[in-house]
Amino acid sequence: MTRRTLPLFLYLLLASFAVTVHAQADGKWLHRVPDEDRARTNPFAHQSQPAAAGKQLFGQNCSKCHGADANGHNNRPSLRSERIRHATDGELAWMLKNGNPYKGMPPWSSLPEQQRWQIIAYLRSLPSAGKP
Amino acid sequence: MFVHPSFRSFLFRLFTFALLLPVPFCKAQEKPYFVTYSTDLEEPGNLEIAFKGLSASPKDANAFASHTLEMEYGATAWWTTEVYLQGQSTSNDSTIFNGFRLENRFRPLPREYFVTPVIYLEYENVNEADKSIMEVTGNDGIGDFRVPNAESRATVAHTVEGKLILSSNVGGWNFSESTIAEKNLSNHPWEFGYALGVARPLALTASAAACVFCRQNFDAGAEIYGGLGTHASFGLHDTSHYAGPVVDFRIPNGPTLSFSPQFGLNDNSVGTLWRFKLSYELQQIRDIFKRKDAQ
Repeated sequence: MTRRTLPLFLYLLLASFAVTVHAQADGKWLHRVPDEDRARTNPFAHQSQPAAAGKQLFGQNCSKCHGADANGHNNRPSLRSERIRHATDGELAWMLKNGNPYKGMPPWSSLPEQQRWQIIAYLRSLPSAGKP
Repeated sequence: MFVHPSFRSFLFRLFTFALLLPVPFCKAQEKPYFVTYSTDLEEPGNLEIAFKGLSASPKDANAFASHTLEMEYGATAWWTTEVYLQGQSTSNDSTIFNGFRLENRFRPLPREYFVTPVIYLEYENVNEADKSIMEVTGNDGIGDFRVPNAESRATVAHTVEGKLILSSNVGGWNFSESTIAEKNLSNHPWEFGYALGVARPLALTASAAACVFCRQNFDAGAEIYGGLGTHASFGLHDTSHYAGPVVDFRIPNGPTLSFSPQFGLNDNSVGTLWRFKLSYELQQIRDIFKRKDAQ
């Protein structure tokens, strides 16, 4: 292997490793949520204005992967599934902040915490999967 | 700011191509810094195309404008890879292409911490006429800008660069720090530098109504960066440093505009740098290449 092809080979090796590791969400992340995070509550729960703001944020940041209707597409998970509906607000907040990088979900810690709660308020306003 | 017509034409065609792609645009998640990196990576499958401009009039040297085209792709949620193409125009001299950079950023830990790290690795193939000031390392200083292009472009530097990027997000504020180590592969010493930034959105909660000029679409902050000498002469002696405010405007479903006037902090620095950046993020561009029956 020449000195010219070695960087290319290493690059391709890294790319193939990344593709191998990249997998779909499986719900195991729920077990990693610390109890104190799991118990947190949404300060905007059951409020229509924050949910409407969350809808705007969802459209800008989340719909590209999870679909405009949050039903998921291209093997990316639905956010109207039973798993999400049964997760606590605290668990969803933990997932939004930390992501699940090795499963394809990036962390959204750069969004202010209030905006993450607004997104969760919007998700809670959605009907379950399959319903319009 | 002066941009050479051929380069301007190339940029126009590139952005026209980007506009015609059948993918939605989105605001970038990144912070308004120009030199400091935060730990925000590109979302997987997204491609950000950005044009970075820098203009300055150094003392006892010709005014110049540097143009950098940046393409950043989110390979995974923990790996972002980038290509830079760089050129510059110097008044009373010439417009030249400087070279390219390949950059990768990795998130080594699977979750956020109070201080979250990201590892940055870069290879540069850039000639010494480069005036982009994408970072300041070693004893970089104002003297570098006084060399004519014909002379400085003759030396091409093959350089590897590593950064340890650390970020914290507290109460809507982002605090970021980059420690830089750079090595010219042609038997030059290790050179060091730093960059620090702090930024915050103007509003922490989003508006319920769709709006363009809402405060949440603006970020403001400041950054400071400079050189720290080499491993043989580590310290602030004969180094250059800059600081200034940074602002950006994320147009919903459109591009992000960033701007920063930055000021030299000692006699070895250029007096004022005017920086701006225009970036588009093309969402889930890899879906275009997926088979239809897989969707």
